[in-house]
Amino acid sequence: MKEYRTVSKIAGPLVFVEKTEPVGYGELVNIVLFDGTVKRGQVLDTSDEIVVVQVFETTAGIGRDSGIRFTGETIKMPVGRDMLGRILSGGGKPIDGGPEIVPEKRLDITGAAINPYARGSPSDFIQSGISTIDGMNTLVRGQKLPIFSGAGLPHNNVALQIARQAKVPGSKEAFAVVFAAMGITREEANAFMQDFERTGALERAVVFLNLADDPAVERIITPRLALTTAEYLAFDLGMHVLVILTDMTNYCEALRQIGAAREEVPGRRGYPGYMYTDLACIYERAGIIKGKKGSVTQIPILTMPGDDITHPIPDLTGYITEGQIVVNRDLHRKGIYPPINVLPSLSRLMNLGIGKGHTREDHKKVSDQIYAAYAEGNDLRGLVAIVGKDALSERDRMFLEFADLYEDRFVRQGYDEDRTIEDTLDLGWDLLSALPVEQLVRIDRELIAKYHPKFKKEGAPQG
Amino acid sequence: MEVKVEKTDKQGVLKRIAGPVVTAVNLDAHMYDVVKVGHEALMGEVIKIQGDQVIIQVYEDTSGIRPGEPVENTRLSLAVELGPGLLTSIYDGIQRPLSVLVSKMGDFIERGVSAPGLDMTKKWEFKPLVHEGDVLVPGQVIGEVQETSIMHRIMVPPNAKGGKVKSIKSGSFNVTETVCTLEDGTELPMLQRWPVRVPRPVKEKVNPTIPLITGQRILDGLFPIAKGGTAAIPGPFGSGKTVTQQQLAKWSDAKIVVYIGCGERGNEMTEVLTEFPELEDPKTGKPLMERTVLIANTSNMPVAAREASVYTGITIAEYFRDMGYDVSLMADSTSRWAEAMREISSRLEEMPGEEGYPAYLAARLSEFYERAGLVKSLNGESGSVSVIGAVSPPGGDFSEPVTQNTLRIVKVFWALDAKLSQRRHFPAINWLNSYSLYLDTLHDWYDKEVSPEWNKLRSWAMGVLQKEAELQEIVQLVGSDALPEAEQITIEIARMIREIFLQQNAYDAVDTFCDMSKQYDMMKAIRTYADLAYAAQSAGVQPLQIVSITSKGEMPQIKFIKDYKPALDKILKDMDAEFNTLRAGA
Repeated sequence: MKEYRTVSKIAGPLVFVEKTEPVGYGELVNIVLFDGTVKRGQVLDTSDEIVVVQVFETTAGIGRDSGIRFTGETIKMPVGRDMLGRILSGGGKPIDGGPEIVPEKRLDITGAAINPYARGSPSDFIQSGISTIDGMNTLVRGQKLPIFSGAGLPHNNVALQIARQAKVPGSKEAFAVVFAAMGITREEANAFMQDFERTGALERAVVFLNLADDPAVERIITPRLALTTAEYLAFDLGMHVLVILTDMTNYCEALRQIGAAREEVPGRRGYPGYMYTDLACIYERAGIIKGKKGSVTQIPILTMPGDDITHPIPDLTGYITEGQIVVNRDLHRKGIYPPINVLPSLSRLMNLGIGKGHTREDHKKVSDQIYAAYAEGNDLRGLVAIVGKDALSERDRMFLEFADLYEDRFVRQGYDEDRTIEDTLDLGWDLLSALPVEQLVRIDRELIAKYHPKFKKEGAPQG
Repeated sequence: MEVKVEKTDKQGVLKRIAGPVVTAVNLDAHMYDVVKVGHEALMGEVIKIQGDQVIIQVYEDTSGIRPGEPVENTRLSLAVELGPGLLTSIYDGIQRPLSVLVSKMGDFIERGVSAPGLDMTKKWEFKPLVHEGDVLVPGQVIGEVQETSIMHRIMVPPNAKGGKVKSIKSGSFNVTETVCTLEDGTELPMLQRWPVRVPRPVKEKVNPTIPLITGQRILDGLFPIAKGGTAAIPGPFGSGKTVTQQQLAKWSDAKIVVYIGCGERGNEMTEVLTEFPELEDPKTGKPLMERTVLIANTSNMPVAAREASVYTGITIAEYFRDMGYDVSLMADSTSRWAEAMREISSRLEEMPGEEGYPAYLAARLSEFYERAGLVKSLNGESGSVSVIGAVSPPGGDFSEPVTQNTLRIVKVFWALDAKLSQRRHFPAINWLNSYSLYLDTLHDWYDKEVSPEWNKLRSWAMGVLQKEAELQEIVQLVGSDALPEAEQITIEIARMIREIFLQQNAYDAVDTFCDMSKQYDMMKAIRTYADLAYAAQSAGVQPLQIVSITSKGEMPQIKFIKDYKPALDKILKDMDAEFNTLRAGA
């Protein structure tokens, strides 16, 4: 392989190389330092005059004397069955002291888009054991459902609880977790690893760790490596894979850093204009393919800068993903775990995975009714602060109490408490029975007769 | 690697590759020529010419392409293939059928595969409608093909000269076989090609006077769009844009529906793909898919093809319009389209306008929406294209450039509201911010086709909702008990309008579609309650008694009953009786 020593400029993570033979766009590049160290990069821009290489590690040590080798192929990830149980760096190299991965296949990490025509319709209900998710924002196989959180909130615990408890009731199919950390602290990473070890989840997990002090640019490929692995496990080996990506905010920061180094015209808040497309190429790698056994389900985690949901990172994410689970600071302050605020949360694929044959026929209407009642009660809290409880009408007082009751009993649950969907829905009915029946306008009469605790006791037909 | 390039007048050489934008030299090209890039012949389009450099946007992934590879000019502009076989098809942004792509390259979209938009081998039964010796004009219908339940009219291409028919055949043909020969030797197959960036010509545009009935109460009832009109649905994520668009695609009473999933979610397109073939058209009882053309260019498919997808869609819509059909086109979402323009523009290092969008954003948007309209086509038929564009404003902020530039053009504005959707008020269309500028032109239609009372009922309901908004401000300060009695009742009536009339459950088998006569009956029932309630209140009945009568509690159930009339009559009768008792007791 030819080695060039024609570096003309180094700026941030970018290296500019002159007078090369034709180099392919997106090619993998090895950069050999004077001491023999090899760094990796990728071609971002290629012409007959100059080639721009983005280096995935720090550019420390790279100089005009460094040797540049173009490998002639795009970045490939060696994947194999023995990856399960392994811990890899953010760049895909084993860091658990174990042997190298024995590749069964080498896959392009950019991953092609799934043809929409080949996609299967996601409809398998995943029971996470958390009421606010199962009951109100149901997760289904093949979905991408991010957790929107803020600094200092227990989003990692929520993600771990989902990873630990997630199951499709009544199904015994092979299941795996791919965990990709981008720029999280060693401490956070340890917490994840300990929990994986405690619950024995590690043996069916593949872990990619790019920590806070690892090169930021490496974060660009970490999620792609993780998803390539996930696709291999899902579509080649037929496993159901849950991918946890944390923290996507760090990924976007890295994207911005490269954009700035390339002197691109910035979009909103300095993030590159192509961030939507770039994020889509990560998030869209979830799904089911018709005629294949496995599935890829994604739970990306991101911390909203300043808890601002309109910040470009959560905003663009929300436009791509199929809903979002919002972790809320007020609930957290009230000491409620998991502090999931269902009002801004949403699962777009919920309707495909609930109801008769999936969960229970009353699921949709119960959740709608709880939503509406909680939203109304929550609005009234603002009013009470101004006029006092006494000025409220009887009806308003009931909704106000409902909101408190709901947070205390429905939202609040233990870190190891695994509720079945029946538990969750029955709990919902229990709470709704505190409201007069005529206020339950979103539920039809037959369901009320069948499930409402008051009528059930009177001997109405049971489900 | 040495690339040997034979220089012909059609071939150039690649000089630079940076993502979806590449530069070629020595290429003899014109703007918007379609070119084949590299050894794999990736499809691209010329978007800028600078000296001897030609800048090309490529519709496929460019990884691994090197400088020095050849670029060939096809000398054609980006065009769609029009003819029998369009309906029920699912295309990507540049009219490649996704089902064909699956069979050619598997479950993932690879590159360098071309596929014709129409099945070139399938035989269709062609029935001629003109005779030898007839003189044809451009756009004229020469025959027809029963494509699905829809009759596909075969027309003389608008850019053909026309002339005297020398011979015309009848029978089974594929789309490329000649079915009609003119005296001057012109051979007409069923297939025609039309460049996507050029609107198909019409005789004249006329002002629309008939509403596009969608079965959605808040749309038909309060903010109707006319057939041939334009509407925008802006809203933050999670406010129900896509559900609303899909409801329109399912239930609007257009003859043909073109649905463009532009830069949206793959799983959502799958939902459309699995649902549409199963759903029935409420009018014909045939699967909805039979009248539908889907274009799916999801967010992770190449960005240049996303830019093209909107043009591909509207050109197909115009083609069916020319047959004399009403077409409705949904574009979800135009913001993703605008972002594709921004991405390409920034790769071209053009001077950016507002928020990095190119300065020509407003012009492109208005050119697109202007292709809607009710027209007299070249053959004298009347047809329409109604365009409904979703807009996804960043952070739900309507002051951003795409929303603002769209609002300057469209006539109907359905403002989605995150607050409403959080309260599970669906469709989450804000009744105070939305508007329709077609109310006046559609006034007569509602008078004649629904009821002479309808327009009055509509303004009454809007008045109540407006009043409620004012009263709510007071309630926020002093609590609802402090309101005068009559106004406590107004608040209750507004609640009924919101919860009974405006809220509609897209997932309920009955409530998902509500025809105009049911809408009228529902609104009328609320009005009846209102009149009785105010009368009782002035007769001295307590508001608490008025708002808590039992018959009224049954009213929301009407929505979910298909044959609702007996139930509604009973409610109205009971209500009358209850009010009589109340008044007697006061």
